[in-house]
Amino acid sequence: MDDKNTILCRCEDLTRETILACIESGCHTIDEIKRMTRAGMGPCQGRTCRMLIAQELASYYHVPLEDVLMPTFRPPTKPVPMGILADAFSEEEGGDSE
Amino acid sequence: MIKDTEILVIGGGPAGLCAASAAASLGAHVLLCERDYVPGGQLVKQTHKFFGSEKQYAGDRGIHIGQRLVEDVANNPNIEVLSEATVLGMYEDGIVTVLHDNRHLKIRPKKTIVATGAAEKFLAFPGNDLPGIYGAGAVQTLMNVAGVKPAEKVLMVGAGNIGLIVSYQLLQAGVEVAGVIEAAPHIGGYLVHASKLRRAGVPIRTRYTVKEAYGTDSLEGVVICQLDESWQPIPGTEENIPCDTLCLAVGLTPLTELCWQAGCDMAFIRELSGHVPIVDENLETSVPGIYAAGDVSGIEEASSAMVEGRLAGFSAAGALGYQPEKAKELCAAAADELRELRSGPTGAKIMAGLSKVAAKQKAEKGGACIC
Repeated sequence: MDDKNTILCRCEDLTRETILACIESGCHTIDEIKRMTRAGMGPCQGRTCRMLIAQELASYYHVPLEDVLMPTFRPPTKPVPMGILADAFSEEEGGDSE
Repeated sequence: MIKDTEILVIGGGPAGLCAASAAASLGAHVLLCERDYVPGGQLVKQTHKFFGSEKQYAGDRGIHIGQRLVEDVANNPNIEVLSEATVLGMYEDGIVTVLHDNRHLKIRPKKTIVATGAAEKFLAFPGNDLPGIYGAGAVQTLMNVAGVKPAEKVLMVGAGNIGLIVSYQLLQAGVEVAGVIEAAPHIGGYLVHASKLRRAGVPIRTRYTVKEAYGTDSLEGVVICQLDESWQPIPGTEENIPCDTLCLAVGLTPLTELCWQAGCDMAFIRELSGHVPIVDENLETSVPGIYAAGDVSGIEEASSAMVEGRLAGFSAAGALGYQPEKAKELCAAAADELRELRSGPTGAKIMAGLSKVAAKQKAEKGGACIC
């Protein structure tokens, strides 16, 4: 099996080839790659792929790993069913949940 | 509806449990949120005995230490525990959101202690998405918590303490361990664990890595190869190891997303295994009222996590006005205990990392004063 087919983001099924194509087309940050590919937007929210992608950026641009800009971290830390958010909202508004 | 609480502890592992007990012992009211079904963190699956000093229960098995910490918390009327409660977000206005029992809860704590621990690192190699490839922690959970035999034949990647200990526990569970490979030139874990494996006939090979994993529907084998001095694969050294499970024990990284969300100053510190919040001597982050304790502020052992938890718990309770003088003394004692724990040869790396954190903390504080 070829190295370019190695999976970097398991949740979104993204290979090293896909990530490298983003970098070669000008992406400098994890966030840019995320916007183009959804890398890090699956159930694990980047906990598996974040540093693997950072490593690819570091080696492509010849910078130390610590210089790779981390993405913006936003709530929620894991996927939440919309119904649960809707229930919380209607409870707060005092309206009915129908 | 917003629930008010004095101290919110996020995470019920060794650091979080000790933080809750410490804060409550001074009189503070604590709410502890644990993502899992039961608190205890990684201790619940650690069937091996601990090292360290007596104060951190050396000689006891992790699982028993965990049980004791959980009982202390359960018996303390000042502590409320929410299990199966995942903290989702920390917002600028101080509200913390939690998913619990299919409800989206809002909590407004006066102080928050982040004790979220760590996540396992993953490796990129061809075939790494095949069923049968696990983090070593997951295999340990299957085996020691769920009572499921996770494999017939395992190859372990990583000869740090987790790799060595889980390999030995796999042998105890009746699983064949084909070997342990380690990319570094030396075994990273304690030699006492390595010796037990070697005596059982398990080869430990340093300067080896995974070249690829293969299999049709699930893992059938792994090709390993030797690395040269500059960590590059040496052609012609490939070896095929048939196995149905590959265990990755290639290190942990602090689980810091809540610290990032809260806006804490962060820094990448290699010695602490990743990005960590910059904390002061009381483990308070750059965001007033938010503390970090345990692996989230740097990967260490459970013994240090317990003491850090206590330190954060005492300082948060003291800051709320609960026996501030006594809290100060207890914090100083905990800090001494940490220095002692880190005084050995394995602590040197941690100390180097922590001194970088301290330098950054001073720099940030100094910068703030000029404004």
